Amino acid sequence: MDINHTLSGYSDWCYGIAVGAYVVAMLMYLYEQAFGYRERAAAKKELVGAGGPVVTEEPADEPPSARVGRAERLGKMAVALTTFGALLHFSSLALRGLATGRAPWGNMYEFGATLCLVAVATWLVVLRKYPVRHLGVWVLLPVILLMFLGGVVLYTTAAPVQPALQSYWLVIHVFAIALGSGMVLVPGVVSVLYLLKVRKPEWSGRLPAADVLDQVAYRTTVFAFPIYTAGVVFGAIWAEQSWGRFWGWDPKETVAFIAWVVYAAYLHSRATAGWRGGRAAVINIVGFAAMIFNLFFINLVTTGLHSYAGV
Amino acid sequence: MIAFLRNTWRGLTSMRTALVLLFLLAVAALPGALLPQRSLNSQKVDEYIASHGWWGELLGRLEFYNVYGSVWFSAVYLLLFISLVGCLLPRTLEYARALRGKPVITPRNLSRLPHHHEATVDATPAEVMTAAKKRLRGWRLEEREEDDGGRSISAERGYLRETGNLVFHFAMLGLIVALAVGKMFNYEGQVIVQANGSQFCNVGTLGYDSFRPGLRVDGTDLNPFCVKVDDFSANFLPTGQPDYYRADIEYQSGDDLATGTWRPYQLEVNSPLRTAGDRVYLLSHGYAPTFTVTFPDGQQRTHTTQWRPVNQQTYLSEGATKFDPPGVTDAAERRKRQIAITGLFAPTAVLDGKILGSGFPDLRDPAVAIDVLKGDLGNDSGRGQSIYEVNQDMVDSGRLKRVARENMRPGDQITLDDGTKVSFDGVQRWVYLQVSHDPAQTWVLVFAVLVVFGLGTSLVIKRRRLWVRAVPGKDGTVLLLGGLARTDQAGYGEEFGRVTDDLLAELSPADDRADAVAGRES
Repeated sequence: MDINHTLSGYSDWCYGIAVGAYVVAMLMYLYEQAFGYRERAAAKKELVGAGGPVVTEEPADEPPSARVGRAERLGKMAVALTTFGALLHFSSLALRGLATGRAPWGNMYEFGATLCLVAVATWLVVLRKYPVRHLGVWVLLPVILLMFLGGVVLYTTAAPVQPALQSYWLVIHVFAIALGSGMVLVPGVVSVLYLLKVRKPEWSGRLPAADVLDQVAYRTTVFAFPIYTAGVVFGAIWAEQSWGRFWGWDPKETVAFIAWVVYAAYLHSRATAGWRGGRAAVINIVGFAAMIFNLFFINLVTTGLHSYAGV
Repeated sequence: MIAFLRNTWRGLTSMRTALVLLFLLAVAALPGALLPQRSLNSQKVDEYIASHGWWGELLGRLEFYNVYGSVWFSAVYLLLFISLVGCLLPRTLEYARALRGKPVITPRNLSRLPHHHEATVDATPAEVMTAAKKRLRGWRLEEREEDDGGRSISAERGYLRETGNLVFHFAMLGLIVALAVGKMFNYEGQVIVQANGSQFCNVGTLGYDSFRPGLRVDGTDLNPFCVKVDDFSANFLPTGQPDYYRADIEYQSGDDLATGTWRPYQLEVNSPLRTAGDRVYLLSHGYAPTFTVTFPDGQQRTHTTQWRPVNQQTYLSEGATKFDPPGVTDAAERRKRQIAITGLFAPTAVLDGKILGSGFPDLRDPAVAIDVLKGDLGNDSGRGQSIYEVNQDMVDSGRLKRVARENMRPGDQITLDDGTKVSFDGVQRWVYLQVSHDPAQTWVLVFAVLVVFGLGTSLVIKRRRLWVRAVPGKDGTVLLLGGLARTDQAGYGEEFGRVTDDLLAELSPADDRADAVAGRES
């Protein structure tokens, strides 16, 4: 299969612009985080003091100060910009897929890009269900870091993949894993915010209520975990076909197993008295850390069968 | 004593212990990813020990190079296994009881529940009950008469959640058992076969270059089949990246062995041959240069011995092709005249002065850079030696001497001082095959699939209860609804609201409906 360099060039452009869009969106979220909620909270307090019970429920209906209005507008623009970035991000992957004639997650750069797109998409879905828009800055920050790292350090020119990767399992296994590990970025970040909210309430007046954060983390994890499990099982099926055994404690497999066990512990912890809340959040963060460790340390430092992922 | 046992059992099967054991499992698995493992790369383990002194030795004694077979790792997962059984037994009983049981009786005060609603409707309690039963189709229902003349329905739904949960956990048990069975009866062997019509038969461990049997396998009762490798082809991109590997093989198994029928198969990286309950994989490939030695008395010997790639990108290979002088019966005399050809082979020669390197993994311009050694190869020393190397002791002690050094292309010939001629005739490809056998792996797959489905079911489905009570009042029938989700964060409010709306729409006139919806609490 010949590589279409024109298309792969366009793909790189889309990637770059998507990162740019995310950066600008992040700054807008930051503005909203910094000014929108505090002022609104302050306004709310004042009005409560004045004694209007209706006002506390719908503070947005009151004439807000100019800053709050601007923050609100910027927040909405940030969502639009994030969506725009995600579309470009998607185009970047689609173009790379067309340029190479294979699934666009055949090396580490491409896998990282897919993972980040899943994370952003998950975030956009979460936004529709929970009032957590201004937290976008905390989700986009790791996404931008990962994409910057991917684009600068791990970038690989479009090329076909080697024989071991030429299988339809590349489409199924790697995509399921990217879905699972991209989705858990959101609960990982949100769990950090939860801990902050619970342990240092004086720093985190502008974060949503703890139980909202907890719910976002739990629901997203519960959705991602079966997908990730399926991804690992697909990997085992592929390994049986390609490497001669379905499980061989290759470093990547081992850490995938560890991350799986940690998320299993997270789910169990929520059914155990004394472990809900803060401890569960810590476990969720450890699970996400294991995922990131598996993505970077295992591929870049140790050698194993997965290390051909194109670094 | 019994109290102690009971407490131990309770402690072991509690959720808290399971959590701690899960953590221990994760922590215990970690060294396997960070330290070299015997099962993956024995050579690396030796290097690691050598470079870390007493620390490396200590890790070795504590089984850190064999984590997944170690006592401590096994202890953790065995405890987890027991904990799982202990947790599952009572839960299964409870589940069986719940399946036969009726939804719990309607609480006295429904307004205390997290979801509740109250309305007055014109319909009679009996009509309310009929409408509620119709709306709650698919729920498990129990209708009851109450003391004050009212009637109520208890409804429950989402039993599949617990089903999925139990399926998941039992499938985990099954998976572990299937893995253990596999470890007993599996085997795995690797063999190099030259791609020139050479054959390999799975008859015993001796046919293999390396063989790893399961705990209950002694290598005597292997599934019989034979493989003949006719040809190997590889394609590389201009960058040197491999594009495909393909071995054209023929195989026979079962009845074909008696009739001598060969069936063709194209063996590729992602398509192993499955026959006779075994799998044959194409793991890698390499080159085997062919050398002919013409001894001074005119006798010729031709050997094609596999050399091993030292560079996986360019396939620069090294090896040693060894010759015994023909017709020499006296051992002492033979030990003076043995010949070894050792050095480098490049599929695409790149010469830097006289130093041979390889520029491409495919056979574009093959060449060898060889030393010809003559003397005692050390074959009679009783010690096994690598087919890729000469015995360095023999070289160091001067019993094996270098008599020539030359770069050669196919067809080149050199003549040694004693009249022996050495020619480089050409090159043959070889393939590295793996034969694997695991009778339990289908079961592993079945249980793994059940794990995924059980997990999905148990996490997506919500267990929830709903109660409807109709009490005759002054202005009509007082309708009370209450709802309770039995799983945390279930997000049950929406569904409860929908049921309430539907029921009120069915029972009350249209103009009341807006009011009913607005007044709903969720």
